[in-house]
Amino acid sequence: MATQHSRSTARLMMAPAVILLLGWMLVPLIMTLYFSFKKYLPLRGGDLGWVGFDNYVRFVSSSSFWPSVSTTLIIVGGVLAITLILGTLLALLLDQPMWGQGVVRILVIAPFFVMPTVSALVWKNMFMDANYGLLSYLWEFFGAEPVQWMSQASLTSIITILSWQWLPFATLILLTAIQSIDHEQLEASEMDGATVLKRFWYIVLPHLSRAITVVLLIQTIFLLSIFAEIFVTTAGAFGSKTLTYLIFQRVLESQNVGLGSAGGVYAIILANIVAIFLMRIVGQNLDK
Amino acid sequence: MARAVSLNRKTFNTLLAWSLGLLIFFPILWTILTSFKTEGQAIADPPLFFMFDWTLENYAIVQERSNYLRFLTNSIIIAGGSTLLGILVAVPAAWSMAFVPSKRTKDILLWMLSTKMLPAVGVLYPIYLIFIELGLLDTKIGLVVVLMFINLPIIVWMLYTYFREIPPEILEAARMDGASLRSEILYVLTPMAIPGIASTILLNFILAWNEAFWTLNLTAAKAAPLTAFIASYSSPEGLFYAKLSAASTMAIAPILILGWFSQKQLVRGLTFGAVK
Repeated sequence: MATQHSRSTARLMMAPAVILLLGWMLVPLIMTLYFSFKKYLPLRGGDLGWVGFDNYVRFVSSSSFWPSVSTTLIIVGGVLAITLILGTLLALLLDQPMWGQGVVRILVIAPFFVMPTVSALVWKNMFMDANYGLLSYLWEFFGAEPVQWMSQASLTSIITILSWQWLPFATLILLTAIQSIDHEQLEASEMDGATVLKRFWYIVLPHLSRAITVVLLIQTIFLLSIFAEIFVTTAGAFGSKTLTYLIFQRVLESQNVGLGSAGGVYAIILANIVAIFLMRIVGQNLDK
Repeated sequence: MARAVSLNRKTFNTLLAWSLGLLIFFPILWTILTSFKTEGQAIADPPLFFMFDWTLENYAIVQERSNYLRFLTNSIIIAGGSTLLGILVAVPAAWSMAFVPSKRTKDILLWMLSTKMLPAVGVLYPIYLIFIELGLLDTKIGLVVVLMFINLPIIVWMLYTYFREIPPEILEAARMDGASLRSEILYVLTPMAIPGIASTILLNFILAWNEAFWTLNLTAAKAAPLTAFIASYSSPEGLFYAKLSAASTMAIAPILILGWFSQKQLVRGLTFGAVK
């Protein structure tokens, strides 16, 4: 039983982690808030005084803001749709009896372990290059005109790369959930004459709903802040500038720290809206 | 629970799953194959699959030209250092939350998780500024600290879920036998916790190895790990596919191998116990 003594020891053991994380969270956050209310140009005069909500207004009214929001939504939405649908189908398939299941799992999971800069560069050059990429050969083989992927179809390209990276994650988590389905219930319903579609709709999908929600939320949080995939492919050109990338450009490329910080605050708010839902699910699970 | 399945259906499943698996794996396979070609063969029309003159020269050139080993060392130090530092801080915390839970344990865990949701770009400049002030820009120690912070919530969470699976009765029994807190931790808990700690190290090493926001933004020449090394190959066009492939293969090979061992931990670590 926990005594008074062990309680205070416990608190002491927890202290380093809590204090460090608190500092990691608060110090930069307060600094970002501070800068966001200032006109601050490190290379052109430095701190030029308080400007109230000017940066917030200017960030939203700049011509690149709304395009960046829609780009972000298209990328996140596209990747979520692709990975969830294909991930569910793939997980259902991998749950079936087959030979060499372990090897197939390994093949399917592999892309998740490839570092973002590698997958982005390999796709950009070796697959999507208009002259030498494999996809161009494929297109020519079928008599089609090769696509200038990065410039003509930048969002499609980025969504493809990201989906390839995240499909393993969705598949793995959905597979874990599928394997915990009561297979006897499935067999019973099969004997009662339920079709494959009906079994999927009334038994499998409800069972998966929680896993699907978790995949959805976690991927959204990661996808909202993707960076390397855009940095090494289009560098934000051809309409591929996400909110994250726009903020990065404001802060580090054009060194307008005040404006970028205001953007950062928007990004933090956006991420927190998603996070609240995720935390609720995780929290419920803790009580069990 | 024997699931009677016809041979036909099993064959069909196998063929379909293998085709899809190979399709998903293909970009990696293609990269590995291309790394053994000459630059001319790498862009041959039609593409060459296995019938080419296998060569190791790309690996030699990549090492010679860009000193691959230095980036590799940086990656190992940064990923390894941040993971171990994180474990040092997290083990006591996870320990006390799992074995001496209080009313606030759940809140603290959720709050730690919430720090993970903070978008990096939102605090890019403050961190950048702090790094300049402290002379940490382009240093390994700076990245070790930042990546430790990034992964600390996941480390605490994973350890917590592992520790919670250790039955508390065992602790009580040890205490009854007169074990001190120190010997209780050293001789009773640690041996039981080692598999969980090892899994946590594995997954977080992988996550730190692949981290590509801070490693790109906070390094230049000296401390750059493999993520930045690869990004330096992003020149727009040209006859460099074989070298790009060799560099990529070297950057991902160690992690692919480690990753295959960590499938289960992946689910536990990245869903925070919400999917089992």
